[in-house]
Amino acid sequence: MDSPAIATGNGEVLAEAHAHPAHLRHHFETVEQQRDAASFGMWLFLLTEVMFFGGMFMAYLVYRNWYHPAFVAGCNTLNIWLGTINTVVLICSSLTMAMAVYSAEMRRKKSLITYLILTIVLGIAFLGIKSVEYAEKFELHHVPGASFSIEQFVHPTNPKAVALAPDMAEKTQVYFSLYFAMTGMHALHMIIGITILLILVVRAFGGAYTDGHMTTIENFGLYWHFVDIIWIFLFPLLYLISRYR
Amino acid sequence: MSQHGATELEHQEHHVVGPKVYLAVFFALMICTGLTTWVAFIDLGVLNPVIALAIACFKACLVVLFFMHIHYSSKLLKLTVASGLFIFLVLVTMTLSDYISRAWGLW
Amino acid sequence: MSSTNTIVQLPDQSTAQLPRKHYLNQEHTLKSWLLTGDHKRIAMLYLFSITFFFFIGGAFASLIRLQLLTPGSDLLAPDTYNKVFSMHGIVMIFLFLVPSVPATLGNFLIPIMIGAKDLAFPKINLLSWYLFIAGGLFILAAMILGGVDTGWTFTTPLSTHYLNTHVVTAALGIFIAGFASILTGLNFIVTIHRMRAPGMTWFRLPLFVWGHYAASILMVLGTPVLAITLVLVALERTIGIGVFDPTKGGDPLLFQHLFWFYSHPAVYIMILPGMAVISEVISTFSRKRVFGYTAVAFSSVAIAIFGFFVWAHHMFIMGISNYSALVFSLLTMLVAVPSAIKIFNWAATLYKGSITFETPMLYAFGFLGLFTIGGLTGVFLGSMGMDVHLTETYFIVAHFHFVMVGGMLMAYLAGLHFWWPKMTGRMYPESISKLAAVVTFIGFIFTFFPQFVLGYLGMPRRYASYPPEFQVLNVLSTAGASILAVGYLLPMLYMPWSLKYGKIAGNNPWQATGLEWQITSPPLTENFVETPIVDHEAYDYEWLANQTEHEVKTVG
Repeated sequence: MDSPAIATGNGEVLAEAHAHPAHLRHHFETVEQQRDAASFGMWLFLLTEVMFFGGMFMAYLVYRNWYHPAFVAGCNTLNIWLGTINTVVLICSSLTMAMAVYSAEMRRKKSLITYLILTIVLGIAFLGIKSVEYAEKFELHHVPGASFSIEQFVHPTNPKAVALAPDMAEKTQVYFSLYFAMTGMHALHMIIGITILLILVVRAFGGAYTDGHMTTIENFGLYWHFVDIIWIFLFPLLYLISRYR
Repeated sequence: MSQHGATELEHQEHHVVGPKVYLAVFFALMICTGLTTWVAFIDLGVLNPVIALAIACFKACLVVLFFMHIHYSSKLLKLTVASGLFIFLVLVTMTLSDYISRAWGLW
Repeated sequence: MSSTNTIVQLPDQSTAQLPRKHYLNQEHTLKSWLLTGDHKRIAMLYLFSITFFFFIGGAFASLIRLQLLTPGSDLLAPDTYNKVFSMHGIVMIFLFLVPSVPATLGNFLIPIMIGAKDLAFPKINLLSWYLFIAGGLFILAAMILGGVDTGWTFTTPLSTHYLNTHVVTAALGIFIAGFASILTGLNFIVTIHRMRAPGMTWFRLPLFVWGHYAASILMVLGTPVLAITLVLVALERTIGIGVFDPTKGGDPLLFQHLFWFYSHPAVYIMILPGMAVISEVISTFSRKRVFGYTAVAFSSVAIAIFGFFVWAHHMFIMGISNYSALVFSLLTMLVAVPSAIKIFNWAATLYKGSITFETPMLYAFGFLGLFTIGGLTGVFLGSMGMDVHLTETYFIVAHFHFVMVGGMLMAYLAGLHFWWPKMTGRMYPESISKLAAVVTFIGFIFTFFPQFVLGYLGMPRRYASYPPEFQVLNVLSTAGASILAVGYLLPMLYMPWSLKYGKIAGNNPWQATGLEWQITSPPLTENFVETPIVDHEAYDYEWLANQTEHEVKTVG
């Protein structure tokens, strides 16, 4: 840094070498400004994520109304209990993440690490349950493109299920395409999140984030909660269509 | 003299949200999850998806407001969240203006 | 602001000196460039890269024009021609027009104009350049491996089922380059909100910053929709899911909705920064505050917001509902209002100004004329009835080239010449650059005006051959394109020349009012020695005339 001084708004001159906290990057004037900028930037990024998933929600809305019987039939092949358990798991992980942010705020290193690891465990549990569900889809030939058969929808073995006309049964492919695209994109975000969490844990062991500079952990918390919110919408949209039949 | 670029928010105290709030929100979310699964098994006709979405929106609001601290954040961040919602609704309504009015549509 | 008593004499440059230390000579290693966090250096990296891609896109354009010199497919086979115009569109739009002004001039100037030392997130800024390069490499790879022939629109089911070219590679490239654009926009928004110097209120911001702010909103909110759309196309091609596939029940029109939800705002991502440049140039060379500053500022934001409501005017003939088409057609007319506000306010700024005709101003005049034609023909195309006749003909090709090339590229060159002295510390050669500006304008008119006529007569776009009666106009267009090429090659020669032999510019060669002109040329790495305190409106030429004692001190 060449400049010896920073003039603040009211003309007060601070000797920079002394008034410069360790985590303040040179182009910010104050720590608050840096923190605000970081969380604003994170929120803008989440805005792009909203629109990223928004395109798929839009597609869902159109096709659900077009092919409602196919969506009902497709939905009823999903395991609602695994879906509910996954929702609970994810909400728990959101709680542990929120508590991790709180621990960082309180500068408690041990509890920060504990909560981060809990979040990772819950995240992996979610993915584990999800992969069980995915495997089942392959067995039932409900994966568009890879292995798909409309047999179960035209001649259902389950006596309670409603048989679809072959034409409408074909449309279950749209439901499963969206199911895989949306949950797959969500799972991808979970995987990215867990990877970042692992890095955060390692750095938290080294004493990071509990020294008053916790922007990273705060912003990651925002990301993790956002992924949770996406699931909060995916769950009723994909698992809870006309379950009463 | 206005200098809100840098200083406006410095006066805004950084709010620490405690475990009590988090636990309360957590239990509310759990109850909602149970509720939405339970309601799904009751035949309410067109109201089923409406209720499911209403509960989902309520849950999302809880997460945004408390887990993500928007309740305690600056107006700018509140506006940011609102603008995301707004643009998503623009995408939905303007696209639907086509789908619901097609003469040959399936709507 | 009165225009009397303001300066019309530009400063004497014979005594001007380069500062001893500045951002270019701070460090010299390659590493110091490739790992830099300095927004000015990243702007230079972007400048080199987009120039490279511009000439690739330009080479494809030359091939297109050469092919269309004769009615038959004499130079290229029809499927090669399809690949050539697709690559021209993809490279020019995603690798040149979208990043052009924001990533170079915007990156360089926004922090300086608002009195900040850097963008809010320097590392993310660098990341965005790397993503841009990675995206560019994917697109180049698609080109070298054999090309893409979907057109830049990736229309389904053509792109998902019927073409056996490198669609996924190109889509991936656009996906990655899209993230570069998102990160640039995100960085700008945060910077403009959070990094302004004391006293720099929203309504003291130069209009350049307002224009970029509006464009950034579009980048952040629109680009992700394109990203997910391309992901779905890629998934449909590779693993066969069926979101857009009609055989599985998907709706190809939904692809169009999602694609144009981004790609219509994208044209405002391209033009708004161009308009932002024009506001600065017109004010500086008429030595007058921009007429109706507030109206021009809000018109940028209005264009950004209206831009999200009009996308389906690209789809009038694709089978959307008539009622919906009517709504979109009416909303399209709304965009003309803020655009016209800008044009009229620039014209009013010129009125009774002390106008001089330096190169940037010539380009800006080119912009005014060509953009107005491009914009007005846009109104034709936005009207449903006309659109049915004119869409997918050369009329539409001429229309968007008038807006994008006549508008945006003129503005980009205006801005590049205008801030060249600030970016490099040296002047470009004035007389030859004036010649280049005029040649560009003439070449442009000859290239694209005949295409309006061709389109009106019914020549469809995207065909390798055409009926012989269209040949005269096509020859005219190709001849114009070769003049245009000279116009673009000239700056390519004299700009690098001026880096070494150009006259030393001095801090404020144009006597402009922006904060960027009150610091050294080229700027220091941290831009300002002291954080400036802003106590005057933008474009205050009286303040400039009286401010010698307030002059920001420089190291040098």
